[in-house]
Amino acid sequence: MIIGGGVVGLGLAYRLVERGVKDVVVLEKSYIGSGASGRNPGGIRQQLSLREDIALARESVKIYKHLSGELNFNIFFRQGGYLILAFTEQEVEQFKKNVKLQNSLGVRSKIIRPNEAKEIVPMLATNKLLGATYCPTDGILYPYAVLWGYARAAKRMGAKILTFTDAKRIKVEGGEVKAVATDKGEIKTPVVVNAAGAHAAEVASMAGVELPNKPFRHEAAVTEPLKPFLDPMVLSFHHTLYVGQMLRGEVFAGVGNLDKSPSHDLRASADFLPKLARAILEIMPQFGELAVMRQWVGIRDMTPDGKPILGEMEGVRGLIQANGFGGLGMMLSASAVKLLAELILTGKTPKMLEPFSLARFREEKLEKEMYITGMH
Amino acid sequence: MGKKIVCLCEDVTEEELIDAIKQGYNNIESLKRYTGAGTGPCQGKTCLLHLITILARELGKGKDEVGVPTQRPPIKPIPLRVLAGETSE
Repeated sequence: MIIGGGVVGLGLAYRLVERGVKDVVVLEKSYIGSGASGRNPGGIRQQLSLREDIALARESVKIYKHLSGELNFNIFFRQGGYLILAFTEQEVEQFKKNVKLQNSLGVRSKIIRPNEAKEIVPMLATNKLLGATYCPTDGILYPYAVLWGYARAAKRMGAKILTFTDAKRIKVEGGEVKAVATDKGEIKTPVVVNAAGAHAAEVASMAGVELPNKPFRHEAAVTEPLKPFLDPMVLSFHHTLYVGQMLRGEVFAGVGNLDKSPSHDLRASADFLPKLARAILEIMPQFGELAVMRQWVGIRDMTPDGKPILGEMEGVRGLIQANGFGGLGMMLSASAVKLLAELILTGKTPKMLEPFSLARFREEKLEKEMYITGMH
Repeated sequence: MGKKIVCLCEDVTEEELIDAIKQGYNNIESLKRYTGAGTGPCQGKTCLLHLITILARELGKGKDEVGVPTQRPPIKPIPLRVLAGETSE
Protein backbone atom coordinates (compact mmCIF):
# COMPACT_ATOMS: atom_id res chain seq x y z
CA MET A 1 0.00 0.00 0.00
CA ILE A 2 1.42 3.33 -1.08
CA ILE A 3 -0.02 6.63 0.13
CA GLY A 4 0.48 9.38 -2.46
CA GLY A 5 -0.15 9.45 -6.22
CA GLY A 6 2.84 11.57 -7.17
CA VAL A 7 6.10 10.74 -8.88
CA VAL A 8 7.39 8.81 -5.86
CA GLY A 9 4.27 6.75 -5.14
CA LEU A 10 3.47 5.92 -8.76
CA GLY A 11 7.13 5.26 -9.60
CA LEU A 12 7.42 2.87 -6.68
CA ALA A 13 4.13 1.15 -7.62
CA TYR A 14 5.52 0.56 -11.11
CA ARG A 15 8.85 -0.77 -9.81
CA LEU A 16 7.06 -3.16 -7.44
CA VAL A 17 4.68 -4.66 -10.01
CA GLU A 18 7.56 -4.85 -12.47
CA ARG A 19 9.28 -7.16 -9.98
CA GLY A 20 6.20 -9.32 -9.67
CA VAL A 21 4.59 -7.94 -6.52
CA LYS A 22 0.84 -8.53 -6.52
CA ASP A 23 -1.74 -6.39 -4.72
CA VAL A 24 0.01 -3.03 -5.05
CA VAL A 25 -2.45 -0.27 -4.17
CA VAL A 26 -1.83 3.48 -4.46
CA LEU A 27 -4.06 5.85 -2.49
CA GLU A 28 -4.36 9.38 -3.84
CA LYS A 29 -6.66 11.78 -2.06
CA SER A 30 -7.17 13.98 -5.13
CA TYR A 31 -6.19 13.46 -8.80
CA ILE A 32 -2.82 12.07 -9.95
CA GLY A 33 -0.14 14.73 -9.67
CA SER A 34 -2.26 17.16 -7.67
CA GLY A 35 0.70 17.92 -5.40
CA ALA A 36 4.25 19.09 -6.09
CA SER A 37 4.80 16.40 -8.76
CA GLY A 38 2.36 18.22 -11.03
CA ARG A 39 3.47 21.74 -10.18
CA ASN A 40 7.17 21.72 -11.07
CA PRO A 41 9.06 22.40 -14.31
CA GLY A 42 10.45 18.88 -14.71
CA GLY A 43 14.05 19.99 -14.40
CA ILE A 44 16.42 17.04 -14.13
CA ARG A 45 19.71 18.21 -12.70
CA GLN A 46 22.75 16.27 -11.54
CA GLN A 47 24.54 19.44 -10.49
CA LEU A 48 23.93 19.07 -6.77
CA SER A 49 26.20 19.59 -3.77
CA LEU A 50 26.03 16.30 -1.83
CA ARG A 51 27.62 13.05 -2.95
CA GLU A 52 24.54 10.91 -2.21
CA ASP A 53 22.16 13.30 -4.01
CA ILE A 54 24.42 13.48 -7.06
CA ALA A 55 24.54 9.67 -7.21
CA LEU A 56 20.72 9.37 -7.14
CA ALA A 57 20.36 12.10 -9.79
CA ARG A 58 23.00 10.51 -12.04
CA GLU A 59 21.22 7.15 -11.92
CA SER A 60 17.86 8.86 -12.46
CA VAL A 61 19.12 10.46 -15.68
CA LYS A 62 20.13 7.01 -16.93
CA ILE A 63 16.60 5.76 -16.18
CA TYR A 64 14.81 8.77 -17.71
CA LYS A 65 16.80 8.35 -20.95
CA HIS A 66 15.03 5.05 -21.57
CA LEU A 67 11.82 5.50 -19.60
CA SER A 68 9.63 6.50 -22.58
CA GLY A 69 10.39 3.19 -24.26
CA GLU A 70 10.13 1.22 -21.04
CA LEU A 71 6.70 2.64 -20.18
CA ASN A 72 5.56 2.86 -23.80
CA PHE A 73 4.61 6.47 -23.05
CA ASN A 74 6.51 9.57 -24.12
CA ILE A 75 7.86 11.49 -21.11
CA PHE A 76 9.41 14.15 -23.42
CA PHE A 77 12.84 14.00 -21.77
CA ARG A 78 15.14 16.43 -23.56
CA GLN A 79 18.79 16.72 -22.48
CA GLY A 80 19.36 20.40 -23.15
CA GLY A 81 21.62 20.78 -20.12
CA TYR A 82 21.48 23.03 -17.08
CA LEU A 83 23.34 26.32 -16.96
CA ILE A 84 24.01 27.63 -13.45
CA LEU A 85 25.08 31.27 -13.31
CA ALA A 86 27.65 32.70 -10.87
CA PHE A 87 27.33 36.37 -9.93
CA THR A 88 29.60 36.49 -6.85
CA GLU A 89 33.19 35.40 -6.14
CA GLN A 90 31.83 33.21 -3.38
CA GLU A 91 29.62 31.38 -5.86
CA VAL A 92 32.55 30.90 -8.25
CA GLU A 93 34.60 29.26 -5.48
CA GLN A 94 31.71 27.08 -4.32
CA PHE A 95 30.89 26.00 -7.89
CA LYS A 96 34.52 24.93 -8.47
CA LYS A 97 34.34 22.60 -5.48
CA ASN A 98 30.97 21.22 -6.52
CA VAL A 99 32.03 20.57 -10.11
CA LYS A 100 35.08 18.69 -8.83
CA LEU A 101 32.84 16.50 -6.66
CA GLN A 102 30.32 15.99 -9.48
CA ASN A 103 33.11 15.02 -11.90
CA SER A 104 34.53 12.52 -9.39
CA LEU A 105 31.10 10.84 -9.42
CA GLY A 106 30.93 10.65 -13.20
CA VAL A 107 28.77 13.71 -13.87
CA ARG A 108 30.06 15.74 -16.82
CA SER A 109 29.58 19.25 -15.43
CA LYS A 110 32.18 21.95 -16.12
CA ILE A 111 33.09 25.53 -15.29
CA ILE A 112 32.64 27.88 -18.23
CA ARG A 113 33.34 31.56 -18.92
CA PRO A 114 30.60 34.16 -19.49
CA ASN A 115 31.22 34.23 -23.25
CA GLU A 116 30.84 30.46 -23.41
CA ALA A 117 27.58 30.73 -21.47
CA LYS A 118 26.42 33.25 -24.06
CA GLU A 119 27.16 30.77 -26.83
CA ILE A 120 24.78 28.32 -25.16
CA VAL A 121 22.13 30.97 -24.37
CA PRO A 122 22.60 33.89 -26.81
CA MET A 123 20.05 36.15 -25.10
CA LEU A 124 21.92 36.06 -21.79
CA ALA A 125 23.17 39.41 -20.39
CA THR A 126 26.78 38.84 -19.38
CA ASN A 127 27.79 42.24 -18.00
CA LYS A 128 27.50 41.17 -14.36
CA LEU A 129 28.14 37.47 -14.92
CA LEU A 130 31.40 36.08 -13.48
CA GLY A 131 31.10 32.56 -14.83
CA ALA A 132 28.82 29.55 -14.91
CA THR A 133 28.68 25.79 -14.65
CA TYR A 134 27.15 23.67 -17.36
CA CYS A 135 26.19 20.04 -17.53
CA PRO A 136 25.02 18.93 -20.99
CA THR A 137 23.39 15.71 -19.78
CA ASP A 138 20.98 17.49 -17.42
CA GLY A 139 17.59 18.20 -18.94
CA ILE A 140 13.87 18.81 -18.78
CA LEU A 141 10.94 16.39 -18.99
CA TYR A 142 7.17 16.74 -18.81
CA PRO A 143 6.28 15.82 -15.21
CA TYR A 144 2.68 14.76 -15.90
CA ALA A 145 3.81 12.41 -18.65
CA VAL A 146 6.08 10.64 -16.17
CA LEU A 147 3.17 10.29 -13.72
CA TRP A 148 0.70 9.07 -16.35
CA GLY A 149 3.32 6.75 -17.84
CA TYR A 150 4.10 5.14 -14.49
CA ALA A 151 0.39 4.91 -13.62
CA ARG A 152 -0.64 3.29 -16.91
CA ALA A 153 2.22 0.78 -16.87
CA ALA A 154 1.61 -0.08 -13.20
CA LYS A 155 -2.13 -0.56 -13.82
CA ARG A 156 -1.47 -2.72 -16.87
CA MET A 157 0.57 -5.04 -14.65
CA GLY A 158 -2.07 -5.24 -11.95
CA ALA A 159 -1.58 -2.31 -9.58
CA LYS A 160 -4.68 -0.52 -8.30
CA ILE A 161 -4.63 3.26 -8.26
CA LEU A 162 -7.41 4.68 -6.14
CA THR A 163 -7.79 8.39 -6.83
CA PHE A 164 -10.02 10.66 -4.73
CA THR A 165 -9.47 8.25 -1.84
CA ASP A 166 -8.20 9.66 1.44
CA ALA A 167 -6.13 7.74 4.00
CA LYS A 168 -7.52 8.40 7.46
CA ARG A 169 -5.66 6.10 9.82
CA ILE A 170 -2.79 3.63 9.77
CA LYS A 171 -3.42 0.66 12.08
CA VAL A 172 -0.31 -0.46 13.93
CA GLU A 173 -0.41 -3.40 16.34
CA GLY A 174 2.53 -4.87 18.21
CA GLY A 175 4.92 -2.61 16.33
CA GLU A 176 3.70 -3.82 12.94
CA VAL A 177 1.59 -2.19 10.24
CA LYS A 178 -1.74 -4.01 9.82
CA ALA A 179 -4.13 -1.89 7.76
CA VAL A 180 -5.03 1.52 6.41
CA ALA A 181 -8.45 3.02 7.02
CA THR A 182 -9.66 5.25 4.17
CA ASP A 183 -12.79 7.32 3.63
CA LYS A 184 -14.02 4.42 1.47
CA GLY A 185 -13.25 1.54 3.80
CA GLU A 186 -10.36 -0.34 5.38
CA ILE A 187 -7.60 -2.11 3.44
CA LYS A 188 -5.43 -4.73 5.15
CA THR A 189 -1.70 -4.50 4.41
CA PRO A 190 1.62 -5.42 6.06
CA VAL A 191 3.45 -2.55 4.30
CA VAL A 192 2.59 1.13 4.06
CA VAL A 193 4.78 3.50 2.07
CA ASN A 194 4.46 7.16 3.00
CA ALA A 195 4.92 8.97 -0.31
CA ALA A 196 2.54 11.78 0.58
CA GLY A 197 4.91 14.66 -0.29
CA ALA A 198 3.85 17.84 1.47
CA HIS A 199 1.42 15.78 3.59
CA ALA A 200 4.07 13.25 4.68
CA ALA A 201 4.25 14.50 8.26
CA GLU A 202 0.43 14.20 8.65
CA VAL A 203 0.45 10.69 7.20
CA ALA A 204 3.30 9.64 9.52
CA SER A 205 1.35 10.97 12.49
CA MET A 206 -1.51 8.60 11.55
CA ALA A 207 0.88 5.82 12.59
CA GLY A 208 2.04 7.74 15.65
CA VAL A 209 5.38 8.67 14.08
CA GLU A 210 6.88 12.14 14.03
CA LEU A 211 8.73 13.41 10.94
CA PRO A 212 10.83 16.60 10.78
CA ASN A 213 9.34 17.47 7.33
CA LYS A 214 7.62 20.83 6.89
CA PRO A 215 5.57 22.14 3.95
CA PHE A 216 6.90 25.27 2.23
CA ARG A 217 5.27 27.21 -0.60
CA HIS A 218 7.03 27.78 -3.89
CA GLU A 219 5.56 29.87 -6.71
CA ALA A 220 6.00 29.49 -10.45
CA ALA A 221 4.60 30.86 -13.70
CA VAL A 222 4.51 30.16 -17.43
CA THR A 223 4.49 32.62 -20.32
CA GLU A 224 2.80 32.43 -23.67
CA PRO A 225 4.47 29.91 -25.99
CA LEU A 226 7.41 30.86 -28.20
CA LYS A 227 9.17 28.75 -30.81
CA PRO A 228 12.11 26.77 -29.34
CA PHE A 229 14.96 29.13 -28.40
CA LEU A 230 16.24 28.03 -25.01
CA ASP A 231 18.01 24.67 -24.76
CA PRO A 232 19.14 24.47 -21.12
CA MET A 233 17.36 25.27 -17.91
CA VAL A 234 19.02 28.46 -16.65
CA LEU A 235 19.49 28.74 -12.90
CA SER A 236 20.70 31.65 -10.78
CA PHE A 237 20.93 31.03 -7.06
CA HIS A 238 21.88 34.70 -6.71
CA HIS A 239 18.47 35.73 -8.11
CA THR A 240 16.77 32.62 -6.64
CA LEU A 241 15.56 32.17 -10.23
CA TYR A 242 15.19 29.36 -12.74
CA VAL A 243 14.00 29.73 -16.33
CA GLY A 244 13.44 26.99 -18.87
CA GLN A 245 11.41 26.33 -21.99
CA MET A 246 8.78 23.61 -21.93
CA LEU A 247 7.75 21.20 -24.67
CA ARG A 248 4.91 23.41 -25.91
CA GLY A 249 7.17 26.46 -26.06
CA GLU A 250 6.07 28.11 -22.83
CA VAL A 251 8.78 29.68 -20.70
CA PHE A 252 8.52 28.28 -17.18
CA ALA A 253 10.07 30.23 -14.33
CA GLY A 254 10.14 30.39 -10.57
CA VAL A 255 11.68 32.88 -8.20
CA GLY A 256 11.99 33.67 -4.52
CA ASN A 257 13.23 32.33 -1.25
CA LEU A 258 11.09 29.90 0.66
CA ASP A 259 8.79 31.56 3.19
CA LYS A 260 10.00 31.80 6.76
CA SER A 261 7.13 29.72 8.08
CA PRO A 262 5.56 26.50 6.78
CA SER A 263 2.21 26.70 4.99
CA HIS A 264 -0.20 24.72 2.84
CA ASP A 265 -1.66 27.87 1.28
CA LEU A 266 -2.06 27.32 -2.47
CA ARG A 267 -3.22 30.86 -3.26
CA ALA A 268 -1.01 32.83 -5.64
CA SER A 269 0.53 35.98 -4.18
CA ALA A 270 0.41 39.42 -5.76
CA ASP A 271 4.08 40.36 -5.34
CA PHE A 272 5.36 37.24 -7.09
CA LEU A 273 5.02 38.25 -10.76
CA PRO A 274 6.76 41.66 -10.44
CA LYS A 275 9.65 39.97 -8.60
CA LEU A 276 9.83 37.27 -11.26
CA ALA A 277 9.70 39.77 -14.12
CA ARG A 278 12.54 41.87 -12.65
CA ALA A 279 14.73 38.80 -12.12
CA ILE A 280 14.15 37.44 -15.65
CA LEU A 281 14.79 40.82 -17.27
CA GLU A 282 18.05 41.17 -15.33
CA ILE A 283 19.50 38.05 -16.91
CA MET A 284 17.60 38.20 -20.24
CA PRO A 285 16.76 41.88 -20.82
CA GLN A 286 15.27 41.52 -24.29
CA PHE A 287 12.24 39.55 -23.12
CA GLY A 288 10.19 42.52 -21.99
CA GLU A 289 7.32 41.77 -24.37
CA LEU A 290 7.02 38.13 -23.31
CA ALA A 291 3.68 37.80 -21.52
CA VAL A 292 2.96 35.72 -18.42
CA MET A 293 -0.02 33.42 -18.91
CA ARG A 294 -0.57 31.93 -15.46
CA GLN A 295 0.96 31.59 -12.01
CA TRP A 296 0.42 29.01 -9.28
CA VAL A 297 1.81 27.61 -6.05
CA GLY A 298 3.29 24.23 -5.23
CA ILE A 299 4.10 22.94 -1.76
CA ARG A 300 7.53 21.43 -1.13
CA ASP A 301 8.01 18.74 1.46
CA MET A 302 11.23 20.00 3.08
CA THR A 303 13.46 18.21 5.56
CA PRO A 304 16.00 20.07 7.75
CA ASP A 305 18.91 19.11 5.47
CA GLY A 306 17.10 19.23 2.11
CA LYS A 307 17.56 15.48 1.58
CA PRO A 308 14.72 12.96 1.28
CA ILE A 309 13.89 10.37 3.92
CA LEU A 310 14.04 6.89 2.41
CA GLY A 311 13.71 3.66 4.29
CA GLU A 312 11.91 1.63 6.92
CA MET A 313 10.96 3.23 10.24
CA GLU A 314 12.69 1.96 13.32
CA GLY A 315 10.08 0.67 15.72
CA VAL A 316 7.23 0.30 13.21
CA ARG A 317 7.70 -2.73 10.99
CA GLY A 318 6.33 -2.25 7.52
CA LEU A 319 6.20 1.55 7.60
CA ILE A 320 8.42 2.87 4.80
CA GLN A 321 9.28 6.54 4.35
CA ALA A 322 9.63 7.84 0.79
CA ASN A 323 9.25 11.58 1.27
CA GLY A 324 11.07 14.84 2.03
CA PHE A 325 12.22 15.33 -1.55
CA GLY A 326 11.72 19.10 -1.28
CA GLY A 327 12.33 20.57 -4.72
CA LEU A 328 14.25 17.54 -5.95
CA GLY A 329 11.56 14.86 -6.34
CA MET A 330 11.62 14.63 -10.13
CA MET A 331 15.43 14.63 -10.15
CA LEU A 332 16.06 11.99 -7.51
CA SER A 333 13.03 9.71 -7.44
CA ALA A 334 13.53 7.65 -10.60
CA SER A 335 16.48 5.82 -9.07
CA ALA A 336 15.25 6.14 -5.47
CA VAL A 337 12.04 4.18 -6.16
CA LYS A 338 14.02 1.35 -7.77
CA LEU A 339 16.17 1.11 -4.65
CA LEU A 340 13.09 1.29 -2.40
CA ALA A 341 11.50 -1.58 -4.31
CA GLU A 342 14.69 -3.55 -3.64
CA LEU A 343 14.46 -2.68 0.07
CA ILE A 344 10.80 -3.72 0.29
CA LEU A 345 11.46 -7.02 -1.49
CA THR A 346 14.67 -8.05 0.27
CA GLY A 347 14.38 -6.28 3.63
CA LYS A 348 17.93 -5.02 3.13
CA THR A 349 18.78 -1.32 2.71
CA PRO A 350 20.78 -0.78 -0.51
CA LYS A 351 24.03 1.12 0.09
CA MET A 352 22.92 4.14 -1.92
CA LEU A 353 19.94 4.61 0.42
CA GLU A 354 21.95 4.53 3.68
CA PRO A 355 22.58 8.31 3.82
CA PHE A 356 18.81 8.93 3.68
CA SER A 357 17.69 7.25 6.90
CA LEU A 358 15.42 9.06 9.34
CA ALA A 359 17.98 8.25 12.07
CA ARG A 360 20.38 10.86 10.64
CA PHE A 361 18.37 13.64 12.30
CA ARG A 362 19.56 12.39 15.70
CA GLU A 363 23.08 13.47 14.79
CA GLU A 364 24.20 16.91 15.91
CA LYS A 365 25.58 18.01 12.60
CA LEU A 366 23.74 17.62 9.30
CA GLU A 367 25.32 18.06 5.92
CA LYS A 368 22.90 20.18 3.92
CA GLU A 369 22.10 20.03 0.23
CA MET A 370 22.93 23.57 -0.94
CA TYR A 371 21.77 23.33 -4.54
CA ILE A 372 18.08 23.94 -3.99
CA THR A 373 16.48 27.04 -5.44
CA GLY A 374 14.84 29.21 -2.82
CA MET A 375 17.22 28.12 -0.07
CA HIS A 376 19.64 31.02 -0.46
CA MET B 1 -17.87 14.56 -40.73
CA GLY B 2 -15.60 17.50 -40.02
CA LYS B 3 -13.53 17.97 -36.90
CA LYS B 4 -15.07 19.77 -33.97
CA ILE B 5 -12.35 21.88 -32.37
CA VAL B 6 -13.15 22.67 -28.76
CA CYS B 7 -9.96 24.44 -27.65
CA LEU B 8 -8.80 26.88 -30.31
CA CYS B 9 -5.47 27.79 -28.67
CA GLU B 10 -4.25 24.22 -28.33
CA ASP B 11 -6.15 22.61 -31.23
CA VAL B 12 -8.01 20.04 -29.15
CA THR B 13 -10.98 18.30 -30.79
CA GLU B 14 -14.10 16.88 -29.20
CA GLU B 15 -13.00 13.42 -30.31
CA GLU B 16 -9.72 13.77 -28.44
CA LEU B 17 -11.54 14.87 -25.31
CA ILE B 18 -13.93 11.91 -25.44
CA ASP B 19 -11.01 9.55 -26.01
CA ALA B 20 -9.16 10.99 -22.98
CA ILE B 21 -12.26 10.67 -20.79
CA LYS B 22 -12.59 7.02 -21.82
CA GLN B 23 -8.93 6.46 -20.93
CA GLY B 24 -9.67 7.56 -17.37
CA TYR B 25 -8.75 11.25 -17.42
CA ASN B 26 -12.29 11.82 -16.25
CA ASN B 27 -12.05 14.72 -13.82
CA ILE B 28 -11.82 18.29 -15.03
CA GLU B 29 -8.26 18.90 -13.71
CA SER B 30 -6.81 15.74 -15.28
CA LEU B 31 -8.71 16.19 -18.56
CA LYS B 32 -7.36 19.71 -18.89
CA ARG B 33 -3.79 18.61 -18.26
CA TYR B 34 -3.88 15.45 -20.40
CA THR B 35 -5.35 17.11 -23.49
CA GLY B 36 -3.99 20.63 -22.96
CA ALA B 37 -7.49 22.02 -23.50
CA GLY B 38 -7.90 25.34 -21.72
CA THR B 39 -4.18 25.83 -21.08
CA GLY B 40 -3.32 28.10 -24.03
CA PRO B 41 -3.10 31.89 -24.19
CA CYS B 42 -6.85 32.37 -23.54
CA GLN B 43 -6.58 30.15 -20.45
CA GLY B 44 -9.95 28.55 -21.10
CA LYS B 45 -12.00 31.69 -21.60
CA THR B 46 -13.19 30.41 -24.99
CA CYS B 47 -13.49 26.68 -24.36
CA LEU B 48 -13.98 25.99 -20.67
CA LEU B 49 -17.76 25.84 -20.83
CA HIS B 50 -17.62 23.40 -23.75
CA LEU B 51 -15.07 21.32 -21.86
CA ILE B 52 -17.33 21.08 -18.83
CA THR B 53 -20.37 20.32 -20.99
CA ILE B 54 -18.63 17.48 -22.84
CA LEU B 55 -17.24 15.95 -19.63
CA ALA B 56 -20.63 16.15 -17.90
CA ARG B 57 -22.37 14.59 -20.91
CA GLU B 58 -19.85 11.71 -21.20
CA LEU B 59 -20.06 10.92 -17.49
CA GLY B 60 -23.81 11.39 -17.29
CA LYS B 61 -23.30 13.91 -14.53
CA GLY B 62 -24.47 17.46 -13.96
CA LYS B 63 -22.19 20.38 -14.83
CA ASP B 64 -22.14 21.35 -11.15
CA GLU B 65 -20.78 17.92 -10.24
CA VAL B 66 -18.01 18.20 -12.85
CA GLY B 67 -16.96 21.56 -11.45
CA VAL B 68 -14.51 24.15 -12.69
CA PRO B 69 -10.69 23.82 -12.72
CA THR B 70 -8.74 26.19 -10.48
CA GLN B 71 -8.62 29.62 -12.12
CA ARG B 72 -5.15 31.13 -12.02
CA PRO B 73 -4.02 34.75 -12.31
CA PRO B 74 -3.38 36.88 -14.29
CA ILE B 75 -6.76 37.27 -16.01
CA LYS B 76 -5.05 37.96 -19.31
CA PRO B 77 -1.38 37.62 -20.32
CA ILE B 78 0.80 40.49 -19.02
CA PRO B 79 4.21 41.33 -20.55
CA LEU B 80 7.24 40.99 -18.24
CA ARG B 81 8.11 44.64 -19.00
CA VAL B 82 4.83 45.82 -17.50
CA LEU B 83 5.11 43.50 -14.50
CA ALA B 84 8.66 44.74 -13.81
CA GLY B 85 7.37 48.34 -13.77
CA GLU B 86 9.34 49.42 -16.83
CA THR B 87 7.81 52.06 -19.07
CA SER B 88 7.61 51.50 -22.81
CA GLU B 89 10.24 53.16 -24.95
